[in-house]
Amino acid sequence: MELKTVETPHVAVRYLLGGQGPALVYLHGAGGIAADDPLLAELAKAHTVYAPLIPGYGDSEECPEIRDMLDFTLHTADVVAALGLKDPILVGHSMGGMIAAEMAALAPNDVSRLALIAPAGLWDDEHPIADLFATLPFEMPALLFHDAVAGAAMLTAGRNVTDPNFLQTYLVTNARQLGMAGRILFPIPERGLSQRMYRIKARTVIVWGDSDRLIPPVYAHGFKKGIARAELVSIPEAGHMVTLEKPGLVAEAIARLG
Amino acid sequence: MKFTWFNLMPWPYLPDDFREKNRSVWVDIDQKLFDPAKSHEVYNTYMDLLEYADTLGFDGVGVNEHHQNGYGIMPSPNIIAAGLARRTKDAAIVVLGNSIALYNPPVRVAEEFAMLDCISGGRLVAGFPVGTSMDTNYCYGQIPSLTREKYQEAHDLIVKAWTTREPFAFNGRYNKLRHVNIWPRPIQQPRPPVHIPGGGSVETYDFCIDNTYSYSYLSFSGYLRAQALMNGYWKRVEERGVDKSPYRAGFAQTILVADTDEEAERLYSEHVSYFYNRCLHVYPGFADAPGYRTIKTIQTGALSQYAPPVGGYTQLTWKDLTEGGHVIAGSPETVRQRMEELIKGLNVGNIFCLMHVGNMPADKCMYSTKLFAEKVMPKLRNMFPDWDDDNRFWTTPLDKRVTAGRLPKDAPTGADLAKTYAVEA
Repeated sequence: MELKTVETPHVAVRYLLGGQGPALVYLHGAGGIAADDPLLAELAKAHTVYAPLIPGYGDSEECPEIRDMLDFTLHTADVVAALGLKDPILVGHSMGGMIAAEMAALAPNDVSRLALIAPAGLWDDEHPIADLFATLPFEMPALLFHDAVAGAAMLTAGRNVTDPNFLQTYLVTNARQLGMAGRILFPIPERGLSQRMYRIKARTVIVWGDSDRLIPPVYAHGFKKGIARAELVSIPEAGHMVTLEKPGLVAEAIARLG
Repeated sequence: MKFTWFNLMPWPYLPDDFREKNRSVWVDIDQKLFDPAKSHEVYNTYMDLLEYADTLGFDGVGVNEHHQNGYGIMPSPNIIAAGLARRTKDAAIVVLGNSIALYNPPVRVAEEFAMLDCISGGRLVAGFPVGTSMDTNYCYGQIPSLTREKYQEAHDLIVKAWTTREPFAFNGRYNKLRHVNIWPRPIQQPRPPVHIPGGGSVETYDFCIDNTYSYSYLSFSGYLRAQALMNGYWKRVEERGVDKSPYRAGFAQTILVADTDEEAERLYSEHVSYFYNRCLHVYPGFADAPGYRTIKTIQTGALSQYAPPVGGYTQLTWKDLTEGGHVIAGSPETVRQRMEELIKGLNVGNIFCLMHVGNMPADKCMYSTKLFAEKVMPKLRNMFPDWDDDNRFWTTPLDKRVTAGRLPKDAPTGADLAKTYAVEA
């Protein structure tokens, strides 16, 4: 994947571009996304994949004007327009799924194919979602992966944790990325999607890892119930980072959208 | 010098194995550890101690705001301050402060501070903290990366409400108010003195300098560790080309006085240990929500004082804490020397004396407080003779103030009233 920049009304946006085929826009989760993401590689086999970074993620410029759910939704629609795309396949993981669902609800005639991978956006008192913002780095793998040991290796890959500057770099990255994510996820990752979901017209695939301990699979049913043309694909032996643990199966599920 | 007697109001009944059995003293502290019936005595004793400090000539008595916190049972400092405004005579009422991003709308703070200033006869020092991440984000749900913007707007609204003499409309991002017109307004003009508690945010230095507010570093780790941060502040003051009045800064320090150094250790070491080893046991996941601190601040290396120390927690001993300067303790002479070092070293005119620590009982606290007031404070009064007249950062009370509870014991009779209100023919 290649890292590129596109101008939007509020801010210049960095995006990953790769592959060939029908256009697919991929919205990443709160942890961000890397150029070597295995799911992007899978998707790029049959699609032209555009994966824009939320402002503040990676090396991208911050955008203080994006404060609430409507701002995130419209900004992302601006990105799609700036990329010159019309009704691309819209895919979002976790926070990205929340944004994608909001886009499809806000402009139902602009989104005809939607894939939501363990999306945030709903809240059920009976099944509270873990507080990502009070989770320590060493607790993350068990929360995010089916296989915590392999997950820990994936999270630390390419990072030199013994570097004295590591902590500061880590804190700055967290402040930029999770600080931005917190605007729609903190302290409860719910901003009213449940009352807008009925507007979604898109043919929708909902993908969930069976061992998702961050957003438990019970939430899949909330989305399935709320979106008229939705089907659910459950993936065994995968946690919230099903995108890293089972990228092939996630890509297969998305392929159902044609 | 201005000495403010400060009490964090810790809950004094945390069990011995608190640290082993609980993950945090803050945010999700075990409900069962609070005993409302016991708190009746705890609150009243703590308020008695604050009132006692007023009788000994402290310049101020101080309270602050924390939520869901085992070492600070003052979610509403204004309630305590209201009691103090009535029961103290001369001391400034230092509310350090109200976390203004949490009040909806923040005119509530403008109003309550105005009430406190009016009731106390102009003795209010107003503090506007951003609030710790524990309080502001984890307990009160404010979005971390928007907290400062909301704080800034709340500040602007409060100051405008205090200083504008006619109703105005306020079209903020977080506050839309058509008719702002606070009633009452403060006695002190143009506004009560303002102190800003900070923890090393560069932006806060400039905010204080721009508005002539005093910068208060409320650290628990003592004056030796504070040097770098305060140097940063004074460097910024110099860069901005304003005067270096020591009253531009304040510092919180745990202080414990006894007849001798040995007696201090004997009397106070268990209470100091209680505070540093139990009360500061904060789950690191609550120390610093991502986005709460600005990038600029993180890059200066200022980390939350609640983040775990490098190398992890260890049990801090009396020796560690006194030698490391977390605590200034000992005979009046020892304390005087170290206080002088602190005051000169940090160039601070406002000292927030943390004279109650952990689970210290009232008798020991009175003993230490009295020794400090009588044998230490007088010797530290003239540290900054050049700045004696600088009253930009302290209160201007009314000259003639009434005494609370001054009504006669008995109600007048009808005959008394007939005489008092007799209509002249």
